[in-house]
Amino acid sequence: MIVADRKPFDEIIGMVAPCERILLIGCNECATVCAVGGAKEGALLASQIRMRRHTEGRPIEVDEKTLERQCDPEYVNALAGTMDGYDAILSIACGCGIQLIAETYPGKRVLPGVNTRFMGITEEHGIWAERCQGCGNCVLDRTCGICPITRCAKSILNGPCGGSQDGKCELRNDTPCAWQLIIDRLGALGELDRYGEIEKPRDWSSSRDGGPRRRVREDMRI
Amino acid sequence: MTAPDNLEKVLSRGHFAVTAECGPPRGADPESIRRKGGYLKGSVDAVNVTDNQTAVVRMSSMAACLILKEAGLEPILQMTVRDRNRIALQSDILGAAALGIRNILCLSGDHQSFGDHPGAKNVHDIDSVQLVDTVRTMRDEGRFLGGDEIKGRPELFIGCVENPFADPFEIRALRLAKKIKAGARFVQTQCIFNVEKFARWMAMVRDLGLHEKAFVLAGITPMKSPGMARYMKNSVPGMDVPDHLVERMASVPKERHREEGIAICLETIEEVKAIEGVAGIHIMAIEWEEIVPDIVRGAGLKTRPQEP
Ligand code: SF4
Ligand code: SF4
Repeated sequence: MIVADRKPFDEIIGMVAPCERILLIGCNECATVCAVGGAKEGALLASQIRMRRHTEGRPIEVDEKTLERQCDPEYVNALAGTMDGYDAILSIACGCGIQLIAETYPGKRVLPGVNTRFMGITEEHGIWAERCQGCGNCVLDRTCGICPITRCAKSILNGPCGGSQDGKCELRNDTPCAWQLIIDRLGALGELDRYGEIEKPRDWSSSRDGGPRRRVREDMRI
Repeated sequence: MTAPDNLEKVLSRGHFAVTAECGPPRGADPESIRRKGGYLKGSVDAVNVTDNQTAVVRMSSMAACLILKEAGLEPILQMTVRDRNRIALQSDILGAAALGIRNILCLSGDHQSFGDHPGAKNVHDIDSVQLVDTVRTMRDEGRFLGGDEIKGRPELFIGCVENPFADPFEIRALRLAKKIKAGARFVQTQCIFNVEKFARWMAMVRDLGLHEKAFVLAGITPMKSPGMARYMKNSVPGMDVPDHLVERMASVPKERHREEGIAICLETIEEVKAIEGVAGIHIMAIEWEEIVPDIVRGAGLKTRPQEP
């Protein structure tokens, strides 16, 4: 899923400073699962904003809505009739949701309430970790299901680098070295000899280096 | 001794080689690199010029290499994949060859979060093994990574680094094998303080026959103080400084710290020289280049082979 963090409250307050009436929109998907942009968090943020503005003597009206998915026109379009009268839309979905709202309602000021971070997994309750950069040409078959593009700080395909120690990345000792994980797994599978194969430079054009990506499925179009 | 391919000659004729590292200045003044070069001249076979070492911005390695070359030393251009993509790397490889820089050392580079621009965007388009392979492809096959033909192949002696002290230990020799398969002909190791572990790694290197395919230069670093020993032990990724050395440095009075550091360094050289497959040493006297001639003399290596 996509993992996000809420923006610092003061930054949000700064963004809504010129507004008297805003609509706060959450998303029921990833933003809810990573506990940053669901109905619960929306309600909490809305009341925090109201309270702060109240104590500042400049009350603000905050309405809330949570969409099933904010990255899908089906749900975003449905807001059409309810968008009038707001000085700004504050979205607490991921960057995709925020942008779709902006694209759909060109006349509206759209503000991000979260910092969209990465695609990851829930490691344990309250801990999320990055796993994929959506590089568009997956190498997991050659790396025992562990992504060196994402999990190695240097995206090394023939790792590890010389900084790997005690199973940790040279970057931080709370981060496993992706290559230690790969080697361990190769060992466990009895395939350590595969380590000798040189992985050639990769084609990054399937990644963001190829410019904004788009997927078209003709068979699904109507 | 300043023939362009001196290092390759010294090594391939079976002489014990000595290289040293030289860090370019954090400014545009060429004098400091000339001064450091002056300390090293006559004591070493070639000089490594670091490439924005520890991800701190310095004068470009290529420029500093040329300054050293003009001063009559043989430079080794260090090239990291952290800051340049394959277009820039290949362009620099051609540039180096055109300037008569004949030795190139390929490495990944320290992560930028350790340097003076932690917010920088890094590149890592290719990795260090792929860089070795790139230089070899350009030299031997006369083509770029993209496939086009090169007019005027770069003549380069290709080196790599290996850290026998990083983990997982069991693949450290295999990793060198990969770099050699990609085209590396000399390897400089991380600073050796734990000689016993280095010897174990060398045994693995010999088992794979790698010492016959590439020249292994053992990394040597003189310690200036117990503080430096502790810092390297605790804060430099992939460095293995045994406790007994830290204690030994701390056990002598302050005014004798440097002397003790050099003593340890000379003992280390003696020990690694005795290990089968070690073809030379690589001295990394970090911001202490002036001590290199003393070390070389102390180790009985002062008379460098004069290769025609
Ligand atoms: S290789 Fe690419 S697609 Fe596969 S997990 Fe890594 S980043 Fe994602
Ligand atoms: S320590 Fe491991 S994960 Fe970290 S940069 Fe080096 S190879 Fe990659």
